Amino acid sequence: MPDHIILQVTRYRPEREMEPTTQEYEIPLHEEWAVLDGLNHVKDQLDGTLSYRWSCRMGICGSCGMTVNGEPRLTCATFLTDYRPGPIRVEPLRNFPVIRDLVVETGDFMRKLPEVKPWLIRDEDAGTPQGELLQTPADLDEYKQYSMCINCMLCYSACPIVGLEKDFLGPAAIALAQRYNLDSRDEGAHERMEVLSTAEGVWGCTFVGECTTACPKGVDPAGAIQRYKLTAAAESLKSFLMPWRSA
Amino acid sequence: MSARYTEFHPRWYRPRMPVFWWVGRRSYLIFVLRELTSVFVAWSVVFLLLLIHAVSQGSKQYQQFLNLSSNPWMLALNVVTLAFVVFHAITWFNLAPQAMVVRLRGKRVPRSWVAGTHFAGWALLSALAAWLILG
Amino acid sequence: MAGEAGAAHDVLVIGGGGAGLRAAIAVAEADARLSVAVVSKVYPMRSHTVSAEGGAAGVIRPTDSLEEHAHDTVSGGDWLCDQEAVEAFVAEAPRELLRLEHWGCPWSREPDGHVAVRPFGGMKQMRTWFAADKTGFHMLHTLFQTSLKYERISRYDEWFVTRLLVEDGRVRGVVAIELMSGRIEMIAAKAVILCTGGCGRVYPFTTNANIKTGDGMALAYRAGAPLKDMEFVQYHPTGLPFTGILITEAARAEGGWLLNKDGYRYLQDYDLGKPEPTPVLKSMELGPRDRLSQAFVQEVEKGKTIDGPHGPVVHLDLRHLGEEIITAKLPFVRELCLEYEGIDPVRQLIPVRPVVHYMMGGVHTNINGATPVPGLYAAGETACVSINGANRLGSNSLPECLVFGAWAGRAAAEYAASAASAEPPTSVRAQGADERRRLDSLLHRDGGREPISAIRAEMQRAVEEGAGIYRSADSLAKAADKLGELRERYTVARIEDHSRTFNTEFIAALELSCMLDVAETIVRCAQLREESRGAHQRIDFPARDDERFLANSLIYRSADGASRVEYLPVRVTRWPPAERVYGR
Repeated sequence: MPDHIILQVTRYRPEREMEPTTQEYEIPLHEEWAVLDGLNHVKDQLDGTLSYRWSCRMGICGSCGMTVNGEPRLTCATFLTDYRPGPIRVEPLRNFPVIRDLVVETGDFMRKLPEVKPWLIRDEDAGTPQGELLQTPADLDEYKQYSMCINCMLCYSACPIVGLEKDFLGPAAIALAQRYNLDSRDEGAHERMEVLSTAEGVWGCTFVGECTTACPKGVDPAGAIQRYKLTAAAESLKSFLMPWRSA
Repeated sequence: MSARYTEFHPRWYRPRMPVFWWVGRRSYLIFVLRELTSVFVAWSVVFLLLLIHAVSQGSKQYQQFLNLSSNPWMLALNVVTLAFVVFHAITWFNLAPQAMVVRLRGKRVPRSWVAGTHFAGWALLSALAAWLILG
Repeated sequence: MAGEAGAAHDVLVIGGGGAGLRAAIAVAEADARLSVAVVSKVYPMRSHTVSAEGGAAGVIRPTDSLEEHAHDTVSGGDWLCDQEAVEAFVAEAPRELLRLEHWGCPWSREPDGHVAVRPFGGMKQMRTWFAADKTGFHMLHTLFQTSLKYERISRYDEWFVTRLLVEDGRVRGVVAIELMSGRIEMIAAKAVILCTGGCGRVYPFTTNANIKTGDGMALAYRAGAPLKDMEFVQYHPTGLPFTGILITEAARAEGGWLLNKDGYRYLQDYDLGKPEPTPVLKSMELGPRDRLSQAFVQEVEKGKTIDGPHGPVVHLDLRHLGEEIITAKLPFVRELCLEYEGIDPVRQLIPVRPVVHYMMGGVHTNINGATPVPGLYAAGETACVSINGANRLGSNSLPECLVFGAWAGRAAAEYAASAASAEPPTSVRAQGADERRRLDSLLHRDGGREPISAIRAEMQRAVEEGAGIYRSADSLAKAADKLGELRERYTVARIEDHSRTFNTEFIAALELSCMLDVAETIVRCAQLREESRGAHQRIDFPARDDERFLANSLIYRSADGASRVEYLPVRVTRWPPAERVYGR
């Protein structure tokens, strides 16, 4: 096995360039190194000017998402040896503006997330319950999968609609809305419907399915969206056929 | 310093999505073809309506319709249409388990069962149609 | 909602993790007139709370009692805890965990729908609430998503606070850099709550994320607030070799065994009880973390550990638990082992070793999170009340974030409501301008000898060798010397990246200076504490000395940059110091 491998890393320094360029670095090829370890080696030993985000290095904080050989990946959970003999292209996440090198601007997602009201909605006037709200393990299973989202935004990078339609809420936001809709303790499904059952919400999705493929936590946002389409359609039909029904 | 950079106001780089964004990647290409099948599904519906209309107008109209259908261009179109409609059905059934979460006695029904039931239903209906038409 | 730079807020929360978000929500709920903002160098959901796995302790079983939880905590802390604070803490913990449940936290449940609890290290009863084995993740995301409800909470995402502004002995605000653009702004505030977490990255081998660099501790220290009990550094007994990734204590709570190279459950040789097939509370693998980590070091000395490619390890055996339990209760553990070690814990042994995990010490606060500097508060791992004493019990730190986050938030809100206007006087503006100049000159430094990464690596090595699990006057003196040298070398370190835009090398340089300050306090306090207690073990003073050292160490920074240490006697209100007994 060769000792080294080449990383082809996107550089973008707005102070002196208008467009990104690529810079090559040769790094040691260790069995247990993730791409992130490679980038850290570059920054610590070769080129201190390379900027990228990272934190937990165990796939739970969601900071280190980048495009590796064309695929959206968490660089802390992507191993160099899988790309032997290389070279490995490391680029910023697609569908986001690039601030610097491998750092992208994610403010768009941060603005869209609160719009779906991703918090437990309950009748405020009912007062605070004495003990816990009961929830069986089966109830928990209904939404557990959707609660696993680490907000890494690999799904936004994979989704072509996010790239084409600026206002599309996107996979993670809708999956998080579903996490609450399906939570047996929640009472806010109808409130979220106003936001979700729109062209910018679920109806903007054409079920490409790449979001689910990209998700490192098995959240299946595509499934969440399609299931919601059925729910929203059923609701519309019910309110059409039985207008006397309260929401 | 680049003439466009103002200190403390870096210009973000916003890559444009190319018109042929779907060409470079297999999954995107299959997606676009899948969406394209809707055109052919629409055509097969139109064709069926034309057939029904021809039948309702009497045997002369019906014969004209058959002549039209056996035209090599029409034949080619309908073969391509059949291929796309089959592709449409396969992709639809394979995606169905993601949209339909069925629970039987607490546990989630496996995806292969949901998809399998769709395919089984399709096979059954096709067998029935074949028996009606050919039998 | 992003805040406007150069603005003023009533309460500023530094750090957006478990403690920070809880504090911000507490302020928002306490007083509708107050303006509150969270300043964090990362987006809140990246905070290190996210990686906590095992659980959060809170008494809910009818067979359990607050008294027992408090006693477990005090004895676990080797009697260095403030007993009154501990009693208040254990009473509030279940209420906070319940509040989180009402906010949607997906606690794991019993079949009847009630919240489930599991056993945990050092606890006599089962009282640890858990959300599978991603408790911190679920708690943080619940807090973050709930905080979105409060429109009055502004956020400064990816802003790095470089200095606390203090005038007339009280806090007036902060100076912070916006990472994206590099602009340096003063943010005025009547009250500041530090919730910046611990400083595990001072050590080379840690469960901690890259961001745990003791920023808040250094800020407080430089602003004249003392740090307390800095010598007490917790090593978690089970981290993966090479990465240092945490394998939760819950693995042992579910029944995992620690084996040496002979396949022997070696903990029975260290006064931790006798091995039983199923876990026994407060015994063997469910003993306290300091004793387990110390046992490892002694096994190494006996030559009984396994030689791995990254140093000595022992084995964590989960095979007898079976696939079903591992998939239901420890799915993340399995994922981590498969991903980072290529090992399936269902069928194979997991190599583990002690890694630095938590700082018992931190900014000295009272039970309301108030530091001696008016207007300055701290909560969470950053603070030291102390409820953890010389050694923290697992599953006490997540409720600590909630309980003290809320109390500090409310106290800060009260203070801010009655404090005078936040308009900073000229002298404070001068401080701000000073800071701006200092930062600019660091950013534009030309020449310089070594990269930041080299100095950082040497610091980590020195601290591990000098102030590791076992320390001596000698080892500590060497570390102190080295740190002094590194401080000099830091002043001529090389900055390659002179950009304003998302300059992570510059931030790393600032973080390194925080770490150097904090490392010095750790070593200094360890040098002066001539006894062994909890996580602080001196080879030259192997016994606990309640006569001289039943006290918390307080370290202050003097005007000339040197430090001075004082001792604050522990207030024994309920349980006089006794022997820590495990397995008997």
